[in-house]
Amino acid sequence: MAGKIRIVVAKPGLDGHDRGAKIIARALRDAGMEVIYTGLHQTPEQIVETAIQEDADAVGISILSGAHMTLVPRIMELLRDNGAEDVLVVVGGTIPQDDADELRQQGVAAVFGPGAATREIVEFLQGAVPA
Amino acid sequence: MATAEDPRTQTDTDRWRQDLYEAKPERQGEVFSTISGVENEPLYTEDNVEAGELGFPGVYPFTRGVYPSMYRGRLWTMRQFAGFGTAEETNERFRYLLEHGQTGLSTAFDMPTLMGYDSDNPRSLGEVGREGVAVDSLDDMLTLFEGIPLESVSTSMTINSPAAMLLAFYACVGERQGVPLAELRGTVQTDILKEYIAQKEWIFPPEPSMRLVVDMIEWCAREMPLMHPVSISGYHIREAGSTAAQELAFTLADGFAYVEACVERGLDVDEFAPRLSFFFNAHLDFFEEIAKYRAARRIWATQMRKRYGAKNPRSWLMRFHTQTAGVSLTAQQPEVNLIRTAIEALAAVLGGTQSLHTNSFDEALALPTEHAVRLALRTQQVIAHETGVVNTIDPLGGSYYLETLTSELERQAYDYFDRIEKLGGVVAAIKENFFQREIAEASFRYQREVEQRQRVVVGVNRYQVEEEQPLEILRIDPALERKQVERVQALRARRDSAAVESALARLKEDAARDDRNLMEPIMDASRAFVTMGEMCDALREVWGVWRETPVF
Repeated sequence: MAGKIRIVVAKPGLDGHDRGAKIIARALRDAGMEVIYTGLHQTPEQIVETAIQEDADAVGISILSGAHMTLVPRIMELLRDNGAEDVLVVVGGTIPQDDADELRQQGVAAVFGPGAATREIVEFLQGAVPA
Repeated sequence: MATAEDPRTQTDTDRWRQDLYEAKPERQGEVFSTISGVENEPLYTEDNVEAGELGFPGVYPFTRGVYPSMYRGRLWTMRQFAGFGTAEETNERFRYLLEHGQTGLSTAFDMPTLMGYDSDNPRSLGEVGREGVAVDSLDDMLTLFEGIPLESVSTSMTINSPAAMLLAFYACVGERQGVPLAELRGTVQTDILKEYIAQKEWIFPPEPSMRLVVDMIEWCAREMPLMHPVSISGYHIREAGSTAAQELAFTLADGFAYVEACVERGLDVDEFAPRLSFFFNAHLDFFEEIAKYRAARRIWATQMRKRYGAKNPRSWLMRFHTQTAGVSLTAQQPEVNLIRTAIEALAAVLGGTQSLHTNSFDEALALPTEHAVRLALRTQQVIAHETGVVNTIDPLGGSYYLETLTSELERQAYDYFDRIEKLGGVVAAIKENFFQREIAEASFRYQREVEQRQRVVVGVNRYQVEEEQPLEILRIDPALERKQVERVQALRARRDSAAVESALARLKEDAARDDRNLMEPIMDASRAFVTMGEMCDALREVWGVWRETPVF
């Protein structure tokens, strides 16, 4: 691999469920990635701004508030508007199957549900982010 | 435990262990510690317990239960948490639950309400009514309790940062229904400390937040004596990934911090302590959970009596609500969650809970359907009426294992109290990220054990199947958000705006001084249909907002 994968782990929405985001952030760091964790209650605008400022390869969105069909498409749209559509977006959380399908159609690279192993997420990112 | 080598000091247990137990190999690859990592011996005997510690139910230090008769006198309150959409949908669900034998109401508010934003705030977009009911003003609260006479129910409200506003709305519904404030019963969560520690639904910095909590405690002691103004909550601490000992220790430390803040205000401990209540998680490690509740009662009683000088025996009693562990539910083979929840609920009952919420089996996927909620309630009814566990008090008391584990959790809690005190108390420890770091560490350790298959989670890392048909889940109609936004905007248009302005001005004025109790101006503002978000904005102006430096 040429350089370390840079990933923004982001918590959009108003909920405070950050157990998953923190576990993922740590597992990605332990796997040798550069991890920027945004902290809680981020707006789509804040997340996209962070991704661009940090020159991130990927954004991992952790969302358990049920607002994924509002917030994730908004993040995708803002990335496109800012010419950052090459940033890989993955989503984790309680996302019903048909919502996950729709998010993938909108360009989300992968959706990980409850119980996904951190190893699975690490491997996905290592495979999907161009070295 | 090291086995004694010297045959003269060897106990029968040591000999049993050496000669018989160790002759056969243990299972390899899995751990034998509790889910929290407390080591377990293969066997507990009379060697492990000190004589004379057991005590009696209803007698200090209440290890065996807070009441002398426990469930032979009265069963626990079956209190299912509910809330979604607008006040109208939730009102319907409330009535459904009451018709099916539920005995108390418990309100889940949506994320914008928890964070102090009205439904039409841009930050609320996509979140209105998703994870709970949207309540913006007294107007919504009146709809929420339409047709439910408040003198005949006790109502729990899971609300923290804007707890004072929601309590005021409830009190105003009582006023409108003609029920005296002194007859309103229920619980407001109000536990802001655990928000900074774990649940993360905060608005203001810790100091003014604590002032608001003390204002509520003081006001309720005077005006609404049957209301529990604070429910000191370990539930969310556990859900954030803590161990049982951390849940126990951090919750009690928060409780003591509220006691100290009230005493500092000049309140007599016996004036408010009997109305403090608690809220714990019921996780899967059966005996560890029961031990946790027993240790909690003992520590609270001991500290309230000895450290805080409470003289009224009711101040020593730790009464608590329990909810089964959402974090233990799996999205894989979701019906298996019924079994997990039943076992957790049984632990809560054997631990002597005063009220209980059982999670629905579909909650790792979405909010529960009516069918799933009914099964969850039925789980409690089976435990109460069919299993016989309610027929005698603290039936596991005296178990060598349980008593040892109770003392071990108690010891771990006191260790944490020392560490928190050295950091300068709970608020100082929050600012240093102490709790957040301890919890993140524990939750990562558990995840690693699961991924390395040292701990088995059925359907997740063993006994997996190709998932069958997706489960039918509850969908929140996106149109409800629009409807609620219109509702709050219509309210703004029709209310007396001069009254609103003057109520907000008074609130700000009183918030800026520390010799005023804010419940009075909040009550006045509620009567004038000032919204929760407007009141929170006024206080944001005076007090500022809290920002966390995240750690992982």
